Amino acid sequence: MSFSLPSPLESAPGARVRAVRDPFHGDLLEVSMGPHHPSTHGVFRMNVTLDGETVVKLKPVFGYLHRNHEKIGENASYLGSMPYTDRLDYLCSMTNNWAYALAVERLSGQTVPERAEYLRVILAELTRLLNHTCFAGFILQDCGASGTPLMYAFREREKILDLFESLSGSRMMCNFQRFGGCRADATPEWLEAARALVDGYGAFLDEFEELLTGNEILMARTQGVGRLPAKLAVGAGITGPMLRASGVGYDLRKVDGYGVYPRLDFRVPVGADGDTYDRYMVRVLEMRESIKILRQALGTLPGGPVMDPKARLRGFRAKPGEVYSRIEGPKGEIGFFLISDGGPNPYRYRVRPPSFINLTVLEDLCLGHSIADTVVILGSIDIVLGEVDR
Amino acid sequence: METPDQIRDRLLARFPGASVAVVANPGPAAQHSLLLGSGEARAMAEFLRDSPGLRLDFCSNVTGVDWLDREVTDVASKTIPDPAGGPPKLVEQRTKRLQPGYLEVVYHLYSVELRHGPVVLRLRTGNRSDRVAVPSLTPVWRSCEFQEREVFDLFGVVFDGHPDLRRILMWDEFKDHPMRKDYVEPDDYEWEPTPHADVLAKARRHYPAAAPAAKEEPAP
Repeated sequence: MSFSLPSPLESAPGARVRAVRDPFHGDLLEVSMGPHHPSTHGVFRMNVTLDGETVVKLKPVFGYLHRNHEKIGENASYLGSMPYTDRLDYLCSMTNNWAYALAVERLSGQTVPERAEYLRVILAELTRLLNHTCFAGFILQDCGASGTPLMYAFREREKILDLFESLSGSRMMCNFQRFGGCRADATPEWLEAARALVDGYGAFLDEFEELLTGNEILMARTQGVGRLPAKLAVGAGITGPMLRASGVGYDLRKVDGYGVYPRLDFRVPVGADGDTYDRYMVRVLEMRESIKILRQALGTLPGGPVMDPKARLRGFRAKPGEVYSRIEGPKGEIGFFLISDGGPNPYRYRVRPPSFINLTVLEDLCLGHSIADTVVILGSIDIVLGEVDR
Repeated sequence: METPDQIRDRLLARFPGASVAVVANPGPAAQHSLLLGSGEARAMAEFLRDSPGLRLDFCSNVTGVDWLDREVTDVASKTIPDPAGGPPKLVEQRTKRLQPGYLEVVYHLYSVELRHGPVVLRLRTGNRSDRVAVPSLTPVWRSCEFQEREVFDLFGVVFDGHPDLRRILMWDEFKDHPMRKDYVEPDDYEWEPTPHADVLAKARRHYPAAAPAAKEEPAP
C-alpha cells in the first residue's frame, strides 16, 4: 500500500481517536485501545489503525506495570526474589516459583528429594488446570458473553486456590518452592482433598465443554480467526499452548523431561489450524491430560522429606557461573537466566516471560480482522500484564 | 548435540577469518557460550539456524548483561636464568590492568525440529558509552524483536538493522538505561503530596539546584 500512516508515537498522549486522510482508502481511524480497557486483561494498550472496521496496523504499547523486576532481583538475595516471582504471572505463582527454584538449583548443582519433585508436579498441574480454566472462562467473556462461563470457571478456580491456601497460607501469592525442595509438606488430609478435587474435575470439564466447545457463538467468533502458521510461530519464539495449537508438538515436559515428568504417562495435544478455536481446544485437552498426570502423581507420591536437609536458604551463595533454565508454564516457556559472581545476590537475574514473547505476533494475527476480533485474539494469547511488563 | 567447540570449528570452517571464541562457564550447569564478532554475527546466526545438524530455529531468550570496568590481575610465569649458573628459576609476574567495561547481549537458542539446545551466543559492544552497536538478529529470529527492544531500552545497546528500535518498557522521553549497573535512580520518581524530611534531603542531594528548601510548615 502506498499511503503513509503517521507513527503511533506522533499521536498526542490522551488522544483517543483521530482520522487520517488517505486518497485511496478514505479515512483511516487510529484508535488507542487501552490501557484501561476491560478487554486488554490489565493495563495494556494497542494502537490500532482501522480501515472501516478492519485492522490495517496494530502496535502494542507496554510498560504500564513496569517496575524493573530484574533490577530488584539483582539487588535482592537469592531467597528474597522467591516471593517476588509470585507477582510475575499472578495466576501461576507455583510454576513461577518452580522455574526460579530450578534455575537456582541448576546454578548451584543442588538436588531435590523425590517427594518434593512429585509435590512440584502436582502443584504445577493444579496451576495449569487453574490457568486454563480461567482462560476458557475469559475467552467467551471476550466474545461478549458477559459473566456466565467466567463465573463457572472462577467457582472451580476457587477450589484449587483453597488447596493452595491450606498448603502455603496464601491463595495466589504462594511463595512455596525453595531451592532444595518445598517449604512445607502436604498432609494426608490435603492429599485427600486434592484427590477429591481431581476426581470431580472431569465432570466439571464435561459440563463446561457442553457449554463452550459446541457453542455457536464461540465457533463463529473463533474458527478461522487469527490463524498462526507453524513456521512463523517457531520463528517468533511462541511457546506453550499457542505453539501447540499451530501443530508443533513442542512441550518442555517431554522435550527437557525435568522433574518426574518422564515417569508419568501423558500426551501432548496439538492443533491443526492454529486459529483461535484451536488455541481454546488445545487448552481444554491439556486440562484432561493434567488430570491424568495428577491422578498418577497423587497415586504414586512417595514418602520422605520434602526439603533437602543440607540445602541452605538464608545466606545462600552460588559458585561463579551462569545458567538458563526453563520449564513449561501454563502460558508457555518460563525461563530464568542467572549469572552468579559468587556474591549473596545474583549478578544478573533475567526472566524469560512467555506472554511477553507470545505477543510478538499479535499484529500478524490481527491484520485483516475486525476490531472486535482483536479482543478475542488477544484473549487467546492469554497474557498477564504482571509478567509482560515485569 | 554438538559441543560448543565443535560448533565453533564448523563456524570457522564456513567463515574463515571470522571471530568466534568459546566462553567457558565454570558453574555446574556448564552451559558454555560462543562469543561472536560483530562483523559476521548475522551471517553466522543464519548458518546456525539453517545448517542441517544444528537447525537452531528457536531463539528462546535474549538479554543484556552490563559488565563494568574492572581491574584484572594477569599472572604470567616466566623462567629467569640464574646468573650464578644454577637451574633457571620459575617466577610469577603479576600485572594489574584496567579491563574496560562492555555491554553483552546473550541469546539462548534451541532447536524445535531436532529437540536440542541450548546453544548460547554472546555479542559484545566496544565499550559502554559510544561504541554500543551490535548487529540485530531480528532478521534471523523474529522472537528477538521485542526482546532486543527491551535490551535497547534497559541497557542502551543499539541494534543495527532492527526494524523498529524504540523503547518498549520505559516511556519514549526517558533518558537513561535503568538496568545498567551504574544507574542512579531519581529521587523524585514518586510524587509525594507531603514530602517528609528524608525525601527532601534525598532530592536536594540529587538535584542541588532544583530541589525546594525544606521548611517547616504549620499543620493545618
